[in-house]
Amino acid sequence: MKRRNFGYAAAAMVAIATGAKAEDKPVVIGVSIPAADHGWTGGVVYHAQRIAKAIEANYKGVKVIVKTSPDGAAQASALEDLTTQGITALVVLPHNSDELTNPLKKVKAKGVFITVVDRALSDPTINDLYVAGNNPALGKVAGDYMKANLGKADIVIIRGLPIVIDEQRQKGFADAIKGSDIKVLDSQFGNWSRDDAFKVMQDYLTKYPKIDAVWCQDDDMAVGVLEAIKQAKRTDIKMVIGGAGMKEMIKKVADGDKLMPINVLYPPAMIGTALELTAAGLVNKIPVRGSYILDATLVTKDNAAEFYFPDSSF
Amino acid sequence: MNFAIKNQFSLKHAAPFIALIGLILLGSLVNPHFLSYSNLIQNVATRSSFIAIIAIGATFVMAGGGLDLSVGSMAAFTAGTMILFLTANEQDAGAGIIALSMLLALAVGLACGLFNGLVITLGRIEPFIATLGSMVILRSLFTYLANGGSLSISPALKEIYAPVYEGSFLGIPIPLLSILGVGAVAAVLLYKTPFGRHVIAVGSNEDVARYSGVSLSRVKVLTYMIQGLCVGVAVILYVPRLGSANSATGLYWELQAITAVVVGGTLLKGGQGRIWGTIAGAFFLEIIGNILTLSNVNVYLIGAVQGVIIIIAMLIQRGINRR
Repeated sequence: MKRRNFGYAAAAMVAIATGAKAEDKPVVIGVSIPAADHGWTGGVVYHAQRIAKAIEANYKGVKVIVKTSPDGAAQASALEDLTTQGITALVVLPHNSDELTNPLKKVKAKGVFITVVDRALSDPTINDLYVAGNNPALGKVAGDYMKANLGKADIVIIRGLPIVIDEQRQKGFADAIKGSDIKVLDSQFGNWSRDDAFKVMQDYLTKYPKIDAVWCQDDDMAVGVLEAIKQAKRTDIKMVIGGAGMKEMIKKVADGDKLMPINVLYPPAMIGTALELTAAGLVNKIPVRGSYILDATLVTKDNAAEFYFPDSSF
Repeated sequence: MNFAIKNQFSLKHAAPFIALIGLILLGSLVNPHFLSYSNLIQNVATRSSFIAIIAIGATFVMAGGGLDLSVGSMAAFTAGTMILFLTANEQDAGAGIIALSMLLALAVGLACGLFNGLVITLGRIEPFIATLGSMVILRSLFTYLANGGSLSISPALKEIYAPVYEGSFLGIPIPLLSILGVGAVAAVLLYKTPFGRHVIAVGSNEDVARYSGVSLSRVKVLTYMIQGLCVGVAVILYVPRLGSANSATGLYWELQAITAVVVGGTLLKGGQGRIWGTIAGAFFLEIIGNILTLSNVNVYLIGAVQGVIIIIAMLIQRGINRR
């Protein structure tokens, strides 16, 4: 009866009817993630597919279906499609928390185990498991480092997009440098894009004759920032701090690049953490319900080798 | 064409440039560094080159009554193939291999344009839908090539290739020279050749053009191929800047190119094309962004201010044209 296409209004009733989960049925895990629209989400897609294969190989009878969607509306439809196929669990990295909270509520009502990754829903009772990086800490770790190493300094910030994640990172950073002699000259959006960050940085360099450091919270944007500084031949900038752990940037840290002394982790491979935990919970019956927050680990020259994955796409 | 009409036209032609000068005056009031050589020429004019050159191609397509939404994805795909080619020939790193990769970029752009043109003419599919289709296809092909991540050339290759973006001749950056060169060729092609007149004829009225013996399909396919070639040139300048391409490469370039063409005075419905106006339009867009970053406008309101400036510029142009 699961296969029949019920209307939305009937969804709750179906949930009650099928509430007693069929334990003997094969386990199907649906994975719904954004399409690769920038470097980090590209990494998410890469790791989702990698771990999906690993899980199908390691757990007998488990099937993993990975679906990517270009925007929130498409993801809502993808969730319906996945549910129609009959899934036991759903691992979802929502495009947009507000837009996808209701569609996920409907999936939940069908008795599906829900794992939410990275972007928290407006209604946290929907997820059985929540796996995420630590956004406020990503800002805080970078801010703490600058506070400890810069002294009196003028810095500029390049933000991502005006969404919750960006605000959490900004707040973490702002709280960390509070009470220090670090002055934020400017803060503008670079849309998590190399090209846009390049433009913003060029304009910062025109606008301010002296900049001590740049915080751009994301390694894709750091690529554009470093290039703009190099092309302008400016030597006043002492450090550029990105974040997320892109392999090229981790390599710079490992090589002791003067301009990029550290990185702060926010790994796209967290989708794999979520998938593994979900599968382990379903198959091996270990308790996994709850929140699993990864550290925003500070990567320095000493530990960089541990976080360098040359084969990853990110 | 009599002289009275010609005079009237020249004032119309001037409108985008008047708007551009107005914007430059505004910029000089906002920030003392705005009018510097390093800002206006080295930074802004140089980085506007991708959109400007792509928009020159779009001027042909739109003058002929068509539309190409695939240029952004095409740029990403072309950049992707170019980088893969360079990486595969890493061991022969040198000017020769870079020149070959440039030819490849032009060829890939041409092929994409040919594909668009054939789907539209042979397949009789509306340009909006046909190029929306190739936009999605090419974006997806790029993601496939890049395995979902980014593609980069080695630092050694980048070092050799970098002067194409960063270098200059007699103080004029190479990307700016490229805009002027492509613009000059395009202007001759559109204004001085039978082909150019055919493009305008097809864009004004297809039936009349057909009865006058113009091959609609041939002219349309050629405009999309010119568009593809222009994307190839833009990519040749884009790749040496960061030495890499990723999924954000070329995002929304189609909208920026179309805006540049329209701000430059070409009508969306076709039948007329303004090459130099398009270039002014591309500068205009890039300068708005530059002024807003240099000013102290609230970051959340930058988009709103950008939109208002574009609308005001179009209203002023409309005012000039009516006179």
